[in-house]
Amino acid sequence: MKNYFFVAVFSVLISGLIIVACNSVNPSVEPEPVGSLSLAFDNVVGSQNLALNTGTYQNAAGESFSVSKFNYFVSNIRLKKEDGTEYTLPQSSSYFMVDAEKPDSQTMTLASIPAGNYTGITFLVGVDSARSMADISLRTGVLDPALNDGMYWDWNSGYIFVKLEGKSASAPATQNNTFFYHIGGFGGGGTKKINNLRTVTVPFNGNLVKVDPSVKPQLRLKTDILKLFNGPTTLSIAQNPSVMFDTFSTNIADNYASMFSYEQIQANL
Amino acid sequence: MTRQTIYTIKYIGLVVSLLLFALAVSCQTKNGGNEPTPNPDTTSTNPGGVVFNPTAVPFPQPANFPIPVYNLSQNPLTTQGVALGKALFYDPQLSRDSTISCGFCHQQFAGFAHSDHALSHGIDSKFGPRNVPSIQNMAWSREFFWDGGVTDLNTLSIAPLTNPVEMDMKFADVLARVQQSPKYPGMFTAAFGSDTVTTARFLKAIAQFVVTMVSADSRYDKYVRNESGGTLTSDELAGLTLFKQKCATCHAMDLFTDYSYRNNGLPVGSINDQGRFIITQNEVDRLKFKVPSLRNVERTFPYMHDGRFSTLEQILDHYTSGVKDSPTLDPLLKADGRLGIAMTDTEKKQIISFLKTLTDNTFLTNRKLSAN
Repeated sequence: MKNYFFVAVFSVLISGLIIVACNSVNPSVEPEPVGSLSLAFDNVVGSQNLALNTGTYQNAAGESFSVSKFNYFVSNIRLKKEDGTEYTLPQSSSYFMVDAEKPDSQTMTLASIPAGNYTGITFLVGVDSARSMADISLRTGVLDPALNDGMYWDWNSGYIFVKLEGKSASAPATQNNTFFYHIGGFGGGGTKKINNLRTVTVPFNGNLVKVDPSVKPQLRLKTDILKLFNGPTTLSIAQNPSVMFDTFSTNIADNYASMFSYEQIQANL
Repeated sequence: MTRQTIYTIKYIGLVVSLLLFALAVSCQTKNGGNEPTPNPDTTSTNPGGVVFNPTAVPFPQPANFPIPVYNLSQNPLTTQGVALGKALFYDPQLSRDSTISCGFCHQQFAGFAHSDHALSHGIDSKFGPRNVPSIQNMAWSREFFWDGGVTDLNTLSIAPLTNPVEMDMKFADVLARVQQSPKYPGMFTAAFGSDTVTTARFLKAIAQFVVTMVSADSRYDKYVRNESGGTLTSDELAGLTLFKQKCATCHAMDLFTDYSYRNNGLPVGSINDQGRFIITQNEVDRLKFKVPSLRNVERTFPYMHDGRFSTLEQILDHYTSGVKDSPTLDPLLKADGRLGIAMTDTEKKQIISFLKTLTDNTFLTNRKLSAN
């Protein structure tokens, strides 16, 4: 009997150890309240919604075009709080690929955001160099070269950050009147290469995203393809009907750096 | 001690163990869940009865080589992983029309180059713009292909699988075909603990096999390691001395390459291949190609990025009298106010004698690297 008593006392002591050990990091502070946020990208061409294949648009070079493919990577998301501090999303859950053909890909849920009022968002267009060179086991989902709709260069290791393809009478007949913009390049590992990563900051124009455990707000951003043509460099389809891994691509990257803008906030979905 | 006391101590031990186990489990922070590893950490079986209990394979480190740069800790070699990689390497089903395997263009007897093919010869008898590089000692290389465009041995094989003039498959279709084959699911379970064919598992299996392709047993290696069978003739020794003076700056010993990119003065061919420039877009890289290893060079003919030379004599003749000047020509080839490398005919013969001591018959005939 005495022995069983001893065992019981011992068990209680060990159980106590478990409880203490598991709370040793932060024994007294309550966990911070968190909420989630829906982030949506609306692909537009100037004042019109993007209609793949069927819509026709005109760029600043006066060229008429349609769009058959429009994909881009958004990663390394940070949110700016009302007090000026920033919350950085855990990097591993911060890689998204917006695909104009897949409506589901245009809305993403950012989970476990600390509750609070947010005034702006910052993200990277593309895939940062560390993740681009990470072990292949760490590149799953949209970063899996087998599954990301050709957004990967197997001959010059790295991701394509923005892919825009379409038809235009201004594109050469030898290319079947198709234009191709495959823009990537993370700056290289051991060797300096083209860097088309662009950091984009979009303030909410004085509006607030209120993150709270009880609601799921939605932030809508606009992605304007016209800005990819009409930026610091006026991109002409006739002059540059196909731009991939070459030095001119940095001009297109400078253009797409400004293709995102604030559209609206919905307080609760 | 009474039996009762012993029993009690055992009982306490059991309880304590269980509780400590509970402690360990309960205190584990939850993994983010976004980064599945290809190597599940528990032994398991699948319905086919294949047991996941991989056998570690030690990396075959040659004494005269540096430590490899390939990250073996992220892809530990196992008997099952290497066997799976080998099966995939020799499987023509991985090409669109099921005719071309990796081994089709990478022949063991040719040092895993394509013997007697100047330009890569792939599906539908299509030709690529470059000579098939040999596969050997890849674990010491950081960059791959003639232009160094691929920077990770794990992802390398996506390029030939998807290249329209090589195997011409969509990578997702390759994985689907492997998943549907009767042969592979069991092999994936044995190697990785799950029969699901993922990108990482597929690529890492091939990489495991490729990493085992180590050539370090030539007569030269035995000579340099003072092993039996390592005798060189007087011509070969003279060739070795000359090689060190005239060739080893770029073909650095003992891997016989310094892994740099250089313009060695070849006149530009009709393909107008700009080499490393394609990858970096830096003007200084025009017409530069990776310095290839000279191991098994007797067998890897034809030579150069476009296979323009078919004999070692032609190569040395190029270096004595064929070098063409251009803005990116390697400075070593225009030292002393002359183009190329000075060599007499006797010296050339001696260098070639030495180069043939780099032929590694153990590697070229190793059954572990051959198709089954």
